[in-house]
Amino acid sequence: MKIMTCPINGPRLISEFAYWGECKTMPDPASCTDVQWADYVFNKSGAPGVKHEWWCHTPSNTWFIAVRDTVSDVIEKTFLYGQQ
Amino acid sequence: MPWRLLKFALSDRHPEPRMFTPHGQLKSSYDVVIIGAGGHGLASAYYLARDHGITNVAVIEQGYIGGGNTGRNTTIIRSNYLTPEGVKFYDESVRLWQDLATDFDLNLFYSTRGHFTLAHTDASLRTMRWRAEVNKHYGVDSELVFPDFIQKAIPSMDMTCAGHAPVMGALYHAPGAIARHDAVAWGYGRGADMRGVEIHQQTRVLDIMTRGGRVTGVKTTRGDIACGKVLCAVAGSTPRILKMLDLRSPIYIHPLQAMVSEPMKQWLDPIIVSGSLHVYISQTARGELVMGASLDPYELHSTRSTLDFTESLSAHMVELLPHLSQAKIVRQWAGMADMTPDFAPIMGKTPVEGFYLDAGWGTWGFKATPVAGKTMSYTVANDRAHPLIEGFGFDRFERYAPTGEKGAASVGH
Repeated sequence: MKIMTCPINGPRLISEFAYWGECKTMPDPASCTDVQWADYVFNKSGAPGVKHEWWCHTPSNTWFIAVRDTVSDVIEKTFLYGQQ
Repeated sequence: MPWRLLKFALSDRHPEPRMFTPHGQLKSSYDVVIIGAGGHGLASAYYLARDHGITNVAVIEQGYIGGGNTGRNTTIIRSNYLTPEGVKFYDESVRLWQDLATDFDLNLFYSTRGHFTLAHTDASLRTMRWRAEVNKHYGVDSELVFPDFIQKAIPSMDMTCAGHAPVMGALYHAPGAIARHDAVAWGYGRGADMRGVEIHQQTRVLDIMTRGGRVTGVKTTRGDIACGKVLCAVAGSTPRILKMLDLRSPIYIHPLQAMVSEPMKQWLDPIIVSGSLHVYISQTARGELVMGASLDPYELHSTRSTLDFTESLSAHMVELLPHLSQAKIVRQWAGMADMTPDFAPIMGKTPVEGFYLDAGWGTWGFKATPVAGKTMSYTVANDRAHPLIEGFGFDRFERYAPTGEKGAASVGH
């Protein structure tokens, strides 16, 4: 099975992880328009490429960011939020 | 070999009949360019030519005819959806399917089997009853049935599912059917071809040209084409095309895998689906079992297959049908499903004038092939969304008006 590296627990089987979608920046809900908010809620960078994504190592509930190529499925790196 | 037979074979007077007219160069302009020679693109071309008299059309395809999700799905046709717009749309499609073979003069192996969606919990039984009532209201043959009825239809099924997920009932949809997917693409393709539509395979789109928010042409690997209208029907490649136009959409791509067993004597007439066990299964005319499960759990633009998939699907399959424990899997594959947040397609006009979208077909596109072609050709010809697809517009998300279709896919997402 494919292996992913959890920043806390090291290399683990991919079945231990949950994918939570690309990292997005939330617009200020108080000042943005309804269309900008809908774009944030619904739209995605759907085209293939190297993306920053939220993942969770479910047995330890470790949330982190993975940089992954969505064509080749190569995981370039994983790190905790706020670190690089 | 008799001399006369050899002469006949070598004679130019009796060339081998071809399914499609081969075309050399692309013309410099067309009225309509359709991107994607899958079922939906070719059906749109067919109805554009047949019903709307628009024949100066090119269908361009980066691979080969029907080589994408048209040739990768599990060919199930049904209309027992949950929302009124879904039920009406797919029911029209089932009606169109039924006389398609006569239309094409081609055997589609359309086979009405009956379709069971199994319920293993009270909650799913409640949803089945809801779906059955919505279906009946719109005149779709759909009802809730109980274990004795199911066991009679499929005597070899373990009704307890190895003891941990007893079957409590099912939504039974008698018109549920399967068809031969290649024949569908070829039938529509040949029908369009005979009416003057050009099909160009091995032609990839590099860019879509616009001026002042209007489509003016398409740049391809085999040259540029001028055109006023482009219809995009490319399933898993949709986000790449939308990026060329700087259009953002909620479409995301996950692989959907499937597999077939060795051929065996006919024993399974109906189609069986279980949302809880994540399986669906039917037996083809050749005797192979065609099996599928749920989507892969994360975004991937690839048609790779995995061993995890085969293992987990086989495990569930044996729980449901223990006598399959010795059956062999002979082939597995994947398609790229273009998913939407509300499990309904995105169809019709877009913010770019002259650019029409037929996308977001995720795991439910094959059954809609005829009606998608019919409604998209109407939309392209009249520059106005067909009434059946008004609820599926590109702008429904920014209007906060998703469809709420939960009956879209056979298994959970």
